[in-house]
Amino acid sequence: MSAHAHADEHFAGSNKLFISVWVWLLVLTGIEVFLAYKPIPIHFMLTILMGLSIIKAALIVAYFMHLKFERLSLVLTIVPMLVACICLLFVFFPDSFRSSGLRYKFKEQPPVQPQSSENP
Amino acid sequence: MSTEARTATFTAADWSGGVLPYRVGHRKLGMWLFIVSDSLTFSALLMGYAYLRASNNWPTPFPFYPSIVFSTVMTFCLLSSSLTMVFGVSASSRGDKAGARKWILATIFFGVSFIVLHLIEWNHLISEGLRPFFLPEHWVKVFTTPDGIPPTPLFGATFFTITGLHMFHVASGAVYLGVVAARVKKLKHEDIEISGLYWHFVDLVWMFVFPLIYILSVDVGGHLAK
Repeated sequence: MSAHAHADEHFAGSNKLFISVWVWLLVLTGIEVFLAYKPIPIHFMLTILMGLSIIKAALIVAYFMHLKFERLSLVLTIVPMLVACICLLFVFFPDSFRSSGLRYKFKEQPPVQPQSSENP
Repeated sequence: MSTEARTATFTAADWSGGVLPYRVGHRKLGMWLFIVSDSLTFSALLMGYAYLRASNNWPTPFPFYPSIVFSTVMTFCLLSSSLTMVFGVSASSRGDKAGARKWILATIFFGVSFIVLHLIEWNHLISEGLRPFFLPEHWVKVFTTPDGIPPTPLFGATFFTITGLHMFHVASGAVYLGVVAARVKKLKHEDIEISGLYWHFVDLVWMFVFPLIYILSVDVGGHLAK
């Protein structure tokens, strides 16, 4: 019974659907490469690229990895805790920006002696 | 089955034994948990890269050719390999084991193409002088800021670590799929589906590595070529 159930579940996605997902992934990749050569500020660019990547990841997980057709309890077990753990990693960024601030302290005010710029 | 799977979430009976609470076998659940933990490994590496990038003068050295052309073709290879893998799993679910083997071999072909292209791309950078803890001389000259801050040599460390670990995953995935293709007649459908999960995960990771490592480090003004 369970083998049958699996076969039935797999047919939830047709080859036509998978090809259209593949085409979408290629289109989104093309957009990313196109954007690479546009004069967009880095923060804005990062936001757009991450947005596109999350859409691509969602397409892969939902259709290719078949998660859309799995039980909701499995999705709820896997996805929220992963997202939460990744978000927790953002805790390091304030320190990153702080150390950038330390390093570029004299940016607006070039050192008088050229040699002193070698000291970080 | 399908309707029941979508509507019911948790019921007490699911957890009192004798049934599969998630309606997947223990091996497939194990692969999902492995994928979660491996996602965290890559997340941590990419987050470490972002940390270093935000706190340093980061070089943006990738020219359109070879780097961006190669990495775009590599992305195409991985996306296509995912499609052929889905077709393989689909054939297997119909009981068409010979078809599944054919599609899995196509997947391995695209995976190996990815590795070959990536090694050629690495070779370009290594012959230019990029090392895990050194930048090529001319990169240092071009990317030093007007007030004398040199570009960080950690560029090479993050680049080789992240792309190298990803390449290792692709290589081990290709071996895994080779074993699955060889034993396809003996394996159950779910085992083939599990190998597919791993392969799609490798593709998924590249969807983050490609924009973060390559697209955000494009040498837009062609400074290095001048």
